[in-house]
Amino acid sequence: MIIGKAITFGANIDTDQIIGAHHLTRPNIEAMAPYAFEHYPPFKRDFTRGDIIVGADNFGCGSSREQAPAVLKERGVAAIVAQSFARIFFRNAINLGIPLIECPEAGEIKPLEQLEIDHDGLRSLTTGRKFMIVPLPPFIRAYIDSGGVVAHLRSR
Amino acid sequence: MNVIEKILAAHCCHDHVHPGMIVDIAPDLTMVNDATACLAIDIFKNQLQAEKVDDPAKVIMIMDHYTPSCSIDAADTHNTMRAFAREQQLQYVYDGIGVCHQLMMERHVRPGQLIIGADSHTCTYGALGALATGMGSTDVAVAWKSGRSWMKVPESIRINVTGAWPIGIDAKDLILKIVGDLTTGGATYKALVFSGPGIRALGVSQRMTLCNMVIEAGAKFSYIQPDEKTAAFMKELKRLDYSVFTDDADATYGKTLEYDVSSLEPQIAFPHSVDNVKAIGAAEGIAIDEFFLGACTNGRYEDLEVAAAILQGKRIAAGSRLLVTPASNAVYLRAVASGVITTLVESGAMIGTPGCSACFGGTAGILGKNERLLTTANRNFRGRVGSPDSEIYLAGPAVLAASALNGCITDPRRIL
Repeated sequence: MIIGKAITFGANIDTDQIIGAHHLTRPNIEAMAPYAFEHYPPFKRDFTRGDIIVGADNFGCGSSREQAPAVLKERGVAAIVAQSFARIFFRNAINLGIPLIECPEAGEIKPLEQLEIDHDGLRSLTTGRKFMIVPLPPFIRAYIDSGGVVAHLRSR
Repeated sequence: MNVIEKILAAHCCHDHVHPGMIVDIAPDLTMVNDATACLAIDIFKNQLQAEKVDDPAKVIMIMDHYTPSCSIDAADTHNTMRAFAREQQLQYVYDGIGVCHQLMMERHVRPGQLIIGADSHTCTYGALGALATGMGSTDVAVAWKSGRSWMKVPESIRINVTGAWPIGIDAKDLILKIVGDLTTGGATYKALVFSGPGIRALGVSQRMTLCNMVIEAGAKFSYIQPDEKTAAFMKELKRLDYSVFTDDADATYGKTLEYDVSSLEPQIAFPHSVDNVKAIGAAEGIAIDEFFLGACTNGRYEDLEVAAAILQGKRIAAGSRLLVTPASNAVYLRAVASGVITTLVESGAMIGTPGCSACFGGTAGILGKNERLLTTANRNFRGRVGSPDSEIYLAGPAVLAASALNGCITDPRRIL
């Protein structure tokens, strides 16, 4: 089970915003992580380890840079909830074992609402509301449960 | 099956595939560049604990985003790549001689291939009838080790293009119009198949412009059926061994969209989203600080030639700056030989080293606070080329050149 507060974003959050081009040559993900969402004040102000990112449509569009989900994982993002995800970001995040929740009603989640995610779904502890989510295919679920594709391949 | 499904079936262990099916595939080639390679190398060595790539002849490594090395971190990145290439005895390593997708098209891609690249614009190779898509560093590292990957068979959308191309209008205007209509997520997971007389009229360079930007609508693949122009392109590059796939009689498409280019106007994508597209009338007169002609979208000889024809014997506006970056050394040499580079330099242009240049914000042409860039590249995300308080407008090469003359966005049809 994951419990964290919602850090909310609008539609079409692109991977350039998550981590800018000039940071990608830093020696490793730990060195890039402080620059995640560097131009998005609510993230800088409100995010603490274990919080949940909530986006609208097409979260993670643009570049294929896996550094984008990797820096979010490094910063301690517990899960990403969005109305929909861009294809490459979705795949990269799953490969890294980040729980992704596709939720058509994500746009109705308010900033800093306390959320609870478990196998049954997504619930707001602030309002008590239960949100509809789109279940992940079992083989993708298995990647997340293993902690990513590398851990999954090793465990086989 | 349609042609997308047939190419996927030819690269997996199923005789028949259908949209939604997950298939284990053996890609013909994998490509990484200097924005994504080091992470892939780290995952390959330290997480997968792999020693040798499955087939060094299928691994292509390209330095283009931060070339020539623009910082100590970039130099270290490049040295990590060079060391890995030596250690793995990679045969195809390109260092600062062009944008990865241009080099792939000039040197490697063949119709009917299935290619994965750790760069989102890998979808460009559909211009030659290959299926190619962007993935992340982990997926590429897994493919290096195992020679395999997995894919979901996409639903295909056909885009049928008719009508004669008006003077001053080209593939960039069409793809901006299409992305504006579909929106940035409108083709997520889909294959976009371009067909019709409007496509057959285009050369390979323009087809690449079109296919390059399908990712801006979220698409997984682009595809153009190989024809006599594809064959001539392949023959000139002496790559004669390839397979051409075609739709079966019972091929199905999710939907078909129709575009008539005869009434198409120059298109501009406004900040900060590629689908924020308007016809040029809404943009004329917007003052611009920097102009960039280049990128895997529009850095080819044909694009430079369009701009040179407009700039011939004239100077760009006082107070403006124009950066031209040929997409590859081959493009550069051709533009030197024909006098196109001379024309551009005489008009006031700076010429950049072939590579990603001011498309990416990694090296050249970085924007300061409140500056505006008009660019032939493919993305206008906030802060992509520097300050988060700058603005990026996207257009084709004719709009770019006409606008550079006036220092503001200008309809090229006023000049042509």
